[in-house]
Parts: sequence; C-alpha cells; structure tokens
Amino acid sequence: MHFVVCLKQVPDTSEVRIDPHTNTLMREGVPSIINPYDAHGLEEAIRLKDKVGGKVTIVSMGPPQAKEALKKAMSFGADRAILLSDRAFGGSDSLATAYIISTALKTIHETEPIDLVFAGKEAIDGDTAQTGPGIAQRLGFPQLTYAIRIRELTDTSVTVERKTESGRQIVQAQLPALITVEKELNDIRYATLPNMMKAAAYEPELWNVNSLSFDLTQMGLKGSPTSVSRIFAPPGRSGGEIIDGQNDPAGTAASVVQKLFQQNVIMVNPLMKGGKR
Amino acid sequence: MTVAVDKTKCIGCGACVMECSLEAIDLVDGLATPDPNKCKDLGSCVKVCPTNALSLAIPQDSKDELSSEVGSKFNLKEPLPESVSDYAQGNEKKTIRSQVTPIAGGDVWSGVWVIIEYNNGRVAPVSWELLGEGRKLADSLGSELCGVITGYQVDNVIPEAFAYGAEKLYVIDHEVLKDYRTEPYAEAITSLVRKYQPEIILMGATSMGRDVFPAVATKMQTGLTADCTVLGIDPETKLLQQTRPAFGGNIMATILCRARRPQMATVRPRVMEMPERAEGREGELIREEFGLSESDIHTKVLEFIAADARSTFLDKAEIIVSVGLGIAAKRNLVLAEELAEVLGATLAGTRGAVEAGWLSHDQQVGQSGVTVRPKVYIAIGISGAIQHLVGMETSDFIIAINNDPEAPILKVANYGIVGDLFQIVPAMTSEFKKRLQHGVAN
Repeated sequence: MHFVVCLKQVPDTSEVRIDPHTNTLMREGVPSIINPYDAHGLEEAIRLKDKVGGKVTIVSMGPPQAKEALKKAMSFGADRAILLSDRAFGGSDSLATAYIISTALKTIHETEPIDLVFAGKEAIDGDTAQTGPGIAQRLGFPQLTYAIRIRELTDTSVTVERKTESGRQIVQAQLPALITVEKELNDIRYATLPNMMKAAAYEPELWNVNSLSFDLTQMGLKGSPTSVSRIFAPPGRSGGEIIDGQNDPAGTAASVVQKLFQQNVIMVNPLMKGGKR
Repeated sequence: MTVAVDKTKCIGCGACVMECSLEAIDLVDGLATPDPNKCKDLGSCVKVCPTNALSLAIPQDSKDELSSEVGSKFNLKEPLPESVSDYAQGNEKKTIRSQVTPIAGGDVWSGVWVIIEYNNGRVAPVSWELLGEGRKLADSLGSELCGVITGYQVDNVIPEAFAYGAEKLYVIDHEVLKDYRTEPYAEAITSLVRKYQPEIILMGATSMGRDVFPAVATKMQTGLTADCTVLGIDPETKLLQQTRPAFGGNIMATILCRARRPQMATVRPRVMEMPERAEGREGELIREEFGLSESDIHTKVLEFIAADARSTFLDKAEIIVSVGLGIAAKRNLVLAEELAEVLGATLAGTRGAVEAGWLSHDQQVGQSGVTVRPKVYIAIGISGAIQHLVGMETSDFIIAINNDPEAPILKVANYGIVGDLFQIVPAMTSEFKKRLQHGVAN
C-alpha cells in the first residue's frame, strides 16, 4: 500500500515567550520541530507499512530549511520525502496551501497510486485544521478527521474511531482516503540506528513552482482569499478573588459554592445543557 | 527612495503586497521586501501595515540598528490602539481599505447564516450563541439573519431556531443526513449556499464545524477563518472582521476575506453570549430537496459510542476536577473523585500526579499533556507551574484550592481559596451535593 504523510515544520509554540522587559513576543531562538500531530500521522503510516507492506512518502511545503524536518522524518522509516518550496508559494493561506499540496499529491498519485493520506489534525502554529480537509476535498478522497484509532485496514476500506465532543464515532471509508490524526492515535517510537544513518545521507526532493503544472493564480498571497489585517496582544487574564479559608474551612466552602450557583458557573442540573434552555 | 521595512515588526502578513498597485513589494522568507526599482513611494502599503512596520523615510542611524536584528519580533504594547472590546462593539476606527471590490460582477451575496449543529438528537448550544452574535452582525449590515438545519427528522429543532432569533430557516431533511458525515453535510450546505448566496456563514468551532466548513470553503473556493473568538463588521468596508488566537495563543489576529464570498468563520463555543429565547416566535421556513443518495457516499458510520463524564475526552470536558502533588497520596484521590462525581466532572491532574502513578497519562493537563478549555476547572493542591498553566489558563472559570498563598495558580484563578484542601474539598462536595440534589441554587 502507498501511504502519504503530509508534514509541516513549525516553530515550537510552547517555547515562545514574552520578553518581560520589552513586552515583545520572542521568536528568535525558538526551535523548529515537526508538527507534533503530523509526527503521529507519520508513526501510524510506518506502523501500517510494517504490517501490510508498501511505501511511505512524505510531502511537505515550506522554506528550504524545512528540509531538516524531512530528514528527521525519514529517520523514522519513511521511503521518500518531497519538499515543495518556492517563493511563489509564500503567503499562502489554508485554501491556497491545500491547492499546492493536492496538486503535488495528484502528480504522485498518477505514477504511484495513493491508498491513504495522513495529516495532523492541525498545525500548532496556525491551529486552523483546514489544510487536511482542503486536500481531501480537492483530491475527491473521503476525509476522516480527528482519528484516535485505526480499527481496520483492508484493500478497499479503512475504519477509524473519530473523537467528537459527545463520544467516539466509528466510520468506515472507501480507499483512497485522507485521515487527520490526534495524539491519542499512537505512541511515537524512537528512530532506529540504521534508519538514522540512512536518513543522514538522504536528500529530500525539492519541487518548485516549475516542477508541476501549477495555476499561479491559486497560490501565494494573491491566491489566498484570507489575509491578516492586524495582530495584537491577547487580553490578559484578570486576577480573581483570593479567599482566606484557613480559619473557617467549612464556612468558606459553603459560601464559595453558593457564589458559584448565584453566578451560574455551576447550574442546578449540570446535565441539562443546550437544547432547551 | 524605497519604503523601509522594520524587520523587527514585520509579521509577513502580506497586506502590503496585496495593496501595492506597482507590484513593488513581495514577501521574501516571510518578510516584506520592497523592490527599489519599482517602488515609487506611494505609501499605500504603509497605511495598511497592521504592525506599522513600513515607513517612507527613516533616519540613517536607526537603519543600522535594525539591520543587526535577526528574525521577526513585534511589540505587543504598540501595534493596536483599540482593545478587543472595540471589536465586539463595532467601534472600529482604523479601516483597511482595499483596491479589491468585495462584490464583483453584480452578484449579490446577502444575509448572515448560522449553521445549526444537530447531532444525536441534540443541538450544540454554540448554534444558539451564534444566532445571538449573528443578529448583531446582520443589524450592522442591515441584512437578514437565517438559520440552516441539515439532518434527518429535524422538525423539533425548527421552532427552537425561530425562538433563538432566526428570521428565516433553510432546512434539508433527508435520511442520508441521519449520522454526521462530511460528504453529504458539505454537499447539503454547499447546495444551499450556491442557491441563496449568503454574505456570511458561521458555525461552531466544534469537531463537526471544523470538519465540514473546510470542505464547504473548498467547494466554494472562498476563505475560512477557524476558531474565532471575536467577530465584528468594519463600518466602512462592511467586511467581516474575524479575530482569533494564533501562534499558540500568544497573539490575536484579525483576518479578513476581502474579495470572495461567502465570508466563512467557525466560532469557539461559549465565547458569544446566549441570546434570549422567545417562545412562539415565528419566521419563514424554506425546505429544499437533496440530490444525494446513499450510493453516492464513500463513508459509512458503523457505530457511535457516547461518552459520559468518566470517558469523555479531557479537551472536550465541560467541568474538570484536577489534582496536583498537594493531595499527598493516592488514597486522597477519593476527595477529588467524590467532587467530580457530584458535579459530573472529568478527573485530571498535573504531570507530578501522573508521574506519581495516581493518574494515567491521558489524564495529564499541561504542556506535555492535554490543553483543556472547560467551563469550570477546579484545581486541588496544584501550585501552578508554567507548564501546567499553559494547558488550562483559558478555562472559562478557575477555582483553585491551595494552602500556599504564594502559589502561582492563585493568580490565574477566579476564586483562589487559601486553606487546607483536606477540609475544604469535602465541605465543598457536600455543599454541592446538598444543593444539586434538592435543586436549590441559593
């Protein structure tokens, strides 16, 4: 089977800090990592390859330095890595990005038919969760988002458990299909030494705007319907009330609970939410 | 002369690139880069820059200073004169003009639509919140507020949607829409959008909204902004201002969709206010046929396993009771379990509590665990290390119980109770139990 993994190099947003002196967002020195959700997609693709045989191809879009993320990804046991990199791609929003990546996948699909595409449920720097579904839609593949478990993979179908607010939905889709994954899907293993050595010597393929027949009007800033008009600091969390419960614990507990009801923080029947209200 | 770029402020949004009529500025490695051969100092880019990174003339000495800076950073105090509340109230002052005309070719796109999420016999409450917010947007635009219901056997939802403020309802009621699946739902919504051409469509940023809207936006080839927390209408351009957290919540960004329609956004649940429900309010009902049949669809729902408080996913939980090392021993976990039981809450904990073996890894809140955003987060014996705080500080309401008055968790808590958790927590549990069992709030 042919598995394709969509993978993005992202700044580690948990390492981003506000400089307390200048009150600026410090992006310098923030390490670049493989988007964590994508890493779980890669892991699943490699596990499935180990089980049923086949090939894992990684596709990424980004600046030339994203090659490092692809080399790292290769060390987990993938077979081929392609980086879509061109100034013409820069400034693309999720609609344009999905156009570029799906165009690349169509080309791959022509020579090596794709059975299953994996992508992270979202990228931690954008949190849009739109590129995966956008790719599926353009390829005409069914999409299965927020997967937490692959129940079954046959020659013609895949069955997954999807995470929703009210529970788990078990869905079966015909192949080829696209799956976006949650962290619960699997635990990422360490790279093996032979794979690490292979990856160190591997050079990802670089595809640019001339490599494929792209429609230039659908990419970059001009092909992106959305644009950022401004940015600003998020409103800070205002300090709350400090309540001294050292002298009268029971009385304090009772008065706090009473206030929670009065302010509708806790409802009388917490299970009655939505619908009729 | 060429427009000068302050690389420390440029965020690479591309607003200047879109604005320049001479195509004299481009993004290179994520930074605005003017072409000295083309730039005629028109200054239109300077006006649209959201971070004031562009200028027509800068003194020589500060230029040298800038060139020594690497990468991009921007001052969070400076860039915006208005606060978030200005957006909500529509008091937008700085207007970003665009050369692109929003409505081209005489097509009329009008009306604000809310897609009402109805699944497993339940309407997602965010749908009603959006009817409330949609009302404000429709009023600013002078257009109508419509609801959309797609599903199977949805008749009982119709009067509810009118009661929460929809003037008009578009309904597709068809058996293939019984369980939620992307393909038929995206097709149903898109067919209505194509036929009736709304200007704005909104849906909750739920697992369903964030699954179906990207598919609809791709079919319509339009822009979509995910997970908005503030919406507004620009008074001059009448564009929908879609504000959302970005970069791991470190900044807020306002997004526009200037030239394509509809403008689409998903909105985070429990951010917008629930509107008044007016029993018996009526409106116009428009039922549409649906062309898909089961054989057209490539997916099948085999089963749905409903979650209760115990098995619910932590990041979807509405109430969380969370413990830290302050509970001292595994046997004391029962205090938290009893409180969770009474409230129908989900149990969680810090990394310390997980590493102590009191809880499993999937119950861990924080940087190396799950990021949660419940209605209520009750922190018991948690000091509040930064790695924990980043995973829970956007909760709607935080109650912390800790014996250390200096514990950082108290600074993010709405109610920070300083005291002995072994006395306070059981007292709270019995007080909650008393009131909830008797249905007495006060």
